[in-house]
Amino acid sequence: MRGPEMWISELPPFVPFFLAALLVLVTRGYLQSAIMLAAPLLGGLHLWFDVGPNIRVIYQLLEYDLIVMRTDQLSLVFGYIFHIAAFVLVIYTLHLKDTLQHVSGLVYAGSAMGAVFAGDLITLFVFWELLAVSSVFLVLARRDSTSARVSIRYLVYQVLSGVILLAGALIHYRYTGSLAFDFIGVENPGGWLILIAFGIKCAFPFLHSWLTDAYPASTPTGAAVLSVFTTKVAVYALARGYPGTEILIYIGVVMACFPIFYAVLENDLRKVLSYSLINQLGFMVVGIGIGTALALNGAVAHAFSHILYKSLLFMSMGAVMYRVGHAYASDLGGLYKTMPKTTVLCIIGAASISAFPLFSGFVSKSMVMTAMIYEGYDILWLALLFAAAGVFHHAGIKVPYFAFFHHDSGIRTSEAPTNMLIAMTIAATLCVGIGVFPQYLYTILPWEVDYWPYDTTHVLAQLQLLFFSALAFVWLNKQGLYPPELHAINLDVDWFYRKLLPDAGRFTYRTSRQLTDKLSTAMKISLQGAQDIFRSTPLADRYLAAWPTGSMVMWIAIILGGYLLLDHFL
Amino acid sequence: MENNSPDDKAYFFDKQKNIDLFLRVFYVICAILFVADFFIHRHVSLTWEEMPTFYASYGFIACVVLVLVAKGLRKLVIRREDYYETDVVEADTSDAGSRNVD
Repeated sequence: MRGPEMWISELPPFVPFFLAALLVLVTRGYLQSAIMLAAPLLGGLHLWFDVGPNIRVIYQLLEYDLIVMRTDQLSLVFGYIFHIAAFVLVIYTLHLKDTLQHVSGLVYAGSAMGAVFAGDLITLFVFWELLAVSSVFLVLARRDSTSARVSIRYLVYQVLSGVILLAGALIHYRYTGSLAFDFIGVENPGGWLILIAFGIKCAFPFLHSWLTDAYPASTPTGAAVLSVFTTKVAVYALARGYPGTEILIYIGVVMACFPIFYAVLENDLRKVLSYSLINQLGFMVVGIGIGTALALNGAVAHAFSHILYKSLLFMSMGAVMYRVGHAYASDLGGLYKTMPKTTVLCIIGAASISAFPLFSGFVSKSMVMTAMIYEGYDILWLALLFAAAGVFHHAGIKVPYFAFFHHDSGIRTSEAPTNMLIAMTIAATLCVGIGVFPQYLYTILPWEVDYWPYDTTHVLAQLQLLFFSALAFVWLNKQGLYPPELHAINLDVDWFYRKLLPDAGRFTYRTSRQLTDKLSTAMKISLQGAQDIFRSTPLADRYLAAWPTGSMVMWIAIILGGYLLLDHFL
Repeated sequence: MENNSPDDKAYFFDKQKNIDLFLRVFYVICAILFVADFFIHRHVSLTWEEMPTFYASYGFIACVVLVLVAKGLRKLVIRREDYYETDVVEADTSDAGSRNVD
């Protein structure tokens, strides 16, 4: 019983992914595919069957103990879903002959495991930065000048988040004497800094633009991969460090509400999904802010089901991009004719994110909503209900409608590749499975809660909300009130650093250069003028006449001699 | 709107009849859900939930408000697609008119 088995249950979950990444680097073809599939499959099975809570694996580095693995029910739930998602995404990307994306995908998924199972803030920081560095290649792999520029902006945000995390951890240590990654709270400035670091990765309002900038600019498959890990690691970190921190409720409500306006306007359907991703994170952040067992379970459950339906939606748009080359609502339409399977799978994702009864979003989002009522946040609950209706409007209807139905764009393509269809089918099956049998999801949740989503009140209310949101969509379209899809940019907070800052920099540079030019011209002119005036005076004849060098030397000798005498006598 | 369909096959939603049928089914479901509120007793916890048809009305109004506000927002935030890129070129050639990045 002892010996190797002990060791194997203490294998940190990031290790198989990093090993696989190394092997994928030097293999090609079927062997490469097999290794990619094996990492999440074997790692996931191992985690499910062999690893229980209360395991701590410590590596000593110099004088410091790095807790590279700490398991409890919270980290385990995130571990399970990350393995499932990684497995699905590996299948989804199997057709790619791009080792760069495969390697970065595996390192990225492994870093997410590392962060989720990290037991101290320094280990967390290491994986936090690895997440940033590995994921940027999923944007860069587009290999054009736009993606290069986007990658740099993305990387600046992500690395900055890590630096703030490290600074916050050190300050937190000065106040508390502990670097343990447990409840952190906002009692000291370090706690606030760490909250900001988590907030950047969680796309808090005003810190969110890296997400809507980079995800639509990534490769067709990359967006699906990106949508799973970074933000959900941040949700996990918030649930670990800041449960019951009230400010998160307000932040979450803003996150749930503001992006839906942009999602209505955006033409690039992957950008629509990026905004709706922030909207969904809002529900999780609210749950963490409320901090009761029901609310926290709701946040975790919502992260779990969200990972599946959001990646499913991104995968379906990735399939469209793979076949058509873009995902612009204005230029798509009628694709159900040639991509019927992708259409159905996308609709399942859309029904799940919209929280239709019998789909995954319903059984998790309702926990957060119910917890909110229990704790008496009535007005904010109304705001979240608004956001819930809005989700259906843009992610539930707009994405499938404009891509697959709407007017016939004339595009005739072929169905998504088989591996993509298999991946999407697994995700869709899980979406429906969780929706129909939520008890299996509920049993792995971290806290003990007696909750059941299916009762007449709940189902009826949700159906009314959704069907009448859809009715509004139909009515607005028939009235011609629905805003047309346009090729355009909608300003967001990235305006500050993509427009204001560069413009201010250019303005300062240009103005100061002009000022220098003018100043030097003014100096030259006045000097010239002074010289001209001087030349016209009688003195000029005397002083501008050529002086013999000998007389200069003589005068210098006289001055030096004078000094010598003064020095001697004084 | 171009329509260069390479095939003459008529698909499901190419027929107006089918679209009408789809919408009619949808309207009927809406009507049933609307009326259901007067017959099925809901266990409510908030005062405004007591109002019959609260969820239906809220869903409809919320989405209309959402779209109308978004249209207002569009006037404020919409820019040309090359809005950010012009400046990159402008800085290099100071010729914003003929832009051709990427």
